Amino acid sequence: DLGQITPTELCQRCLSLIKKTKFLNAYITVSEEVALKQAEESEKRYKKGHSLGDLDGIPIAVKDNFSTSGIETTCASNMLKGKVLCTPYNATVVQKLLDQGALLMGKTNLDEFAMGSGSTDGIFGPVKNPWSYSKQYREKRKQNSHSENEDSNWLITGGSSGGSAAAVSAFTCFAALGSDTGGSTRNPAAHFSRHGLIPLVNSMDVPGILTRCVDDAATVLGVLAGHDPKDSTTIQDPVKPFTLPSLTDVSKLCIGIPKEYLTPELSSEVQSLWSKAANLFESEGAKVTEVSLPHTSYSIVCYHVLCTSEVASNMARFDGLEYGHRCDSDVSTEAMYAATRREGFNDVVRGRILSGNFFLLKENYENYFVKAQKVRRDVLLTPTTLSEAVPYTEFIKEDNRTRSAQDDIFTQAVNMAGLPAVSVPVALSSQGLPIGLQFIGRAFCDQQLLIVAKWFEKQVQFPVIQLQELMDDCSSVFENEKLASVSLK
Amino acid sequence: MAAPMLRWCCPGRRFAFARVGCGSCHRRGPPTGSTSNGKRGQSSVAQQPHITAQKPRKGEPEWAAVVGLEIHAQIASNSKLFSGSQVCFAAPPNSLVSFFDASLPGTLPVLNRRCVEAAVMTGLALDCHINRKSLFDRKHYFYADLPAGYQITQQRLPIAVNGSLAYSVYVGRKPSQMVTRTVRVKQIQLEQDSGKSLHDDLRSQTLIDLNRAGIGLLELVLEPDMSCGEEAATAVRELQLILQALGTSQANMAEGQLRVDANISVHRPGEPLGIRTEVKNLNSARFLAKAIDYEIQRQINELENGGEILNETRSFDFKLGCTVPMRDKEGKQDYRFMPEPNLPPLLLYDSGSLPSGADPQQVINIDQLRERLPELPRVTRQRLVQQYGMLPEHSCVLLNEVGLLEFFQNVIKETRAEPKKVTSWVLNTFLGFLKQQNLAVSESPVTPSALAELLDLLDRKAISAPAAKQVFEELWSNEGKTPAQIVAEKKLELLQDPEALEQLCRSTLEAHPDVVMDLKRGNPRAINKLIGLVRKATLGRADPTAIKEVLERQLSS
Repeated sequence: DLGQITPTELCQRCLSLIKKTKFLNAYITVSEEVALKQAEESEKRYKKGHSLGDLDGIPIAVKDNFSTSGIETTCASNMLKGKVLCTPYNATVVQKLLDQGALLMGKTNLDEFAMGSGSTDGIFGPVKNPWSYSKQYREKRKQNSHSENEDSNWLITGGSSGGSAAAVSAFTCFAALGSDTGGSTRNPAAHFSRHGLIPLVNSMDVPGILTRCVDDAATVLGVLAGHDPKDSTTIQDPVKPFTLPSLTDVSKLCIGIPKEYLTPELSSEVQSLWSKAANLFESEGAKVTEVSLPHTSYSIVCYHVLCTSEVASNMARFDGLEYGHRCDSDVSTEAMYAATRREGFNDVVRGRILSGNFFLLKENYENYFVKAQKVRRDVLLTPTTLSEAVPYTEFIKEDNRTRSAQDDIFTQAVNMAGLPAVSVPVALSSQGLPIGLQFIGRAFCDQQLLIVAKWFEKQVQFPVIQLQELMDDCSSVFENEKLASVSLK
Repeated sequence: MAAPMLRWCCPGRRFAFARVGCGSCHRRGPPTGSTSNGKRGQSSVAQQPHITAQKPRKGEPEWAAVVGLEIHAQIASNSKLFSGSQVCFAAPPNSLVSFFDASLPGTLPVLNRRCVEAAVMTGLALDCHINRKSLFDRKHYFYADLPAGYQITQQRLPIAVNGSLAYSVYVGRKPSQMVTRTVRVKQIQLEQDSGKSLHDDLRSQTLIDLNRAGIGLLELVLEPDMSCGEEAATAVRELQLILQALGTSQANMAEGQLRVDANISVHRPGEPLGIRTEVKNLNSARFLAKAIDYEIQRQINELENGGEILNETRSFDFKLGCTVPMRDKEGKQDYRFMPEPNLPPLLLYDSGSLPSGADPQQVINIDQLRERLPELPRVTRQRLVQQYGMLPEHSCVLLNEVGLLEFFQNVIKETRAEPKKVTSWVLNTFLGFLKQQNLAVSESPVTPSALAELLDLLDRKAISAPAAKQVFEELWSNEGKTPAQIVAEKKLELLQDPEALEQLCRSTLEAHPDVVMDLKRGNPRAINKLIGLVRKATLGRADPTAIKEVLERQLSS
């Protein structure tokens, strides 16, 4: 238990952990001054007894593809690096967190423009998975090890919100924002034992929430949810505040197990945990049935077409004219566009732009885009990823496109269908690494989804990451990791 | 008086209505009307409305021209289509640019209600079907004044479809021979305007002004139901009047609030339509008519000489009076259309479908907008004809000149003079003075009240008609004086003392025995000379009919 602690003390402890875990490369920018200033303000409020709510004084981190006023937003790309003025405003989700008194610790690492499933393809280098350094993993490795150099075998975080997942996992903050178009929040969450939640969605591209438990995810969602007048795709219906009652009886629940998710690539460990989880629900009286999602195999293809098309379109604004990187060439406007975009974007981004534009060509639009759109259209239990986190050296054997297609296989269909989903850690693999399962809710039934997830979380009693070696003296203070148990003064 | 007066009122720069002399058929011959009429706009003499086609020569096969229009009308709104930036013409460069307008990452479009209402109202005024659901799409192309790399438009499902626009053209020489033609309105879509590029060739720089970027546009697609420049220009003029009456667009072509692209082709009647060319960015009605007529003749000449028409984009060189091919930007453009993911479908309701308990700020009721529609120009003209007994062509002139109808109605309100008198004075004298000095109605030194007072003086025979003209001239050049003051200063009031008139007549007869003799010898025109002499003696203050009466009585006694 932290006991009574002031926001400033809490902030300083997190800042110190950020420094100690710098090698994880979780943060691109650490906003120390901003965070300390915010902590000071928060402390004043607590002293006056005017706390703004559950998040007042709580350290959070934000993926570096959310705009932050006064703090550089890079999207891990040369296109935006060093251009603070590109985003002179806070993203609505960031503003909502700040309005609740949250402390912004920094901007977290990602794949360039969030295109990837490893958090390995950004200009600031790959994010390392804190579980690589956990007691659980190290002990298993000693048993199985072939005496390799320990550090060369660090694990990837998954992506693209790997920085946010690592930041939360390494106790440097209590919650972090990720973004999720195909699984970028839930994928790393699964590799981390962290809870990756994507809320109700309208567009395919949505903010994700990474926390250390379901209740925390619900708290953050309660703050973020609601109509954003600046975003026409957000639902205008008023949002009721989120409280998660503890579910004691699951006998009225109906859990669907999509049979198409049982793919040959699924690791036997994940498969076994998946069926154990299904059995758990069944043994507690829930109705567990096999369901068919016949469109699943097409969904990843559709996802690729829709996603790259949106990418091609959204990235068209980076032309070097109004903001961002601009090349030195001044031969012609066209030459300037070409050079700027070649220098500003990495291969992955350029590749997606190219294929997206191909799908949008008049002759191809009907064949690809329209077909893909048509396929896009209820609690399901599925795996989140094919296997646990893999070492970086394994991961980079495949190209970004292939890896994304593999790694987003269970997660992207949710984005296609516009459904809320949450990844919850279940157990440690034989390697000592976390494995997550995904719950998919019905549209706008985020609360029900989270109630089920909370019940499940309680049943599985997933172990806390042990980073004593890493944290030295600090870890003990964070053993009680829930946000709600933090007592600020 | 009506005919020349009307031509007076049809200067080149404004097309009141068109005279379509030769139906819609075109003959071979060099492109005319473009160079020979070069000074049309500046001339203040009466002008015959431009006749498009050449007189048919016997035995030669005829050509039919087909003209369709794409019109962009800037929506009159306080803020832009998807952002809160102000809309204002001629503001300092880049002073009206929001983060969204500059396409900063993370900014999202929020649809301006006013722009949607403007589109619905325009659709209703043009008898369109209003789609209860319409969609937004992205149209991609790289251009320096398009910051996002795409324009948000309505390609798949526009807000309004299948309407019509009626306009009046002259078919013969007489102004009364007006017929109503109709052009179908294919669709009306909402879209964003682009910024402006200013090319500085000297320093080989391009300067970008994003003030215009993101302003709401109505794109109106008119089906190829027109056959010459005048028809197209007249249809555009009528549309302009409708937009202005609705207040949905200021539709000022000179300020770029109304921009027209024309699709033109020629074919022999009975045969399939020819290959069309597109003439872009026509920013005045006069250039529109000239460009179309030039292009029709160019295509006819090309085909008659064994050439072929290329499906190309051309621009109109107003100095040379001809159309020239535009530099094609790297061959064919593929706009890579895709649905705009950041905007949900635009839903509209009617009183029947309006969801109960809906926030009135968030829903648009088509029926409510229909009730709020103002009187449309066509109805106004009919009302003028019925209410004031004026000729249809007079009603046209009143509407075609910006502010003239309001001026006329203000005069009518304040004067006891006959509406016909008011019409004549407003259309002949008042408009004539305006034209001579190239002034707009709003710039007139004569106010409606002053003219009303003057017409009252005339109506109660306080002054003569020629004196009234003199007072008007004085009003025009000496602002601040009332007609009554001018009449008093210049002693223009009619002689009200019968004895004084008798006296003047008598002395005139005595002073001009030769004219009296002439009259007595049987020359009937001699009486006019005598009347003139008396009027001169009265300094124009006596009514000629009254003078005639007195003279005849004195002569016969």
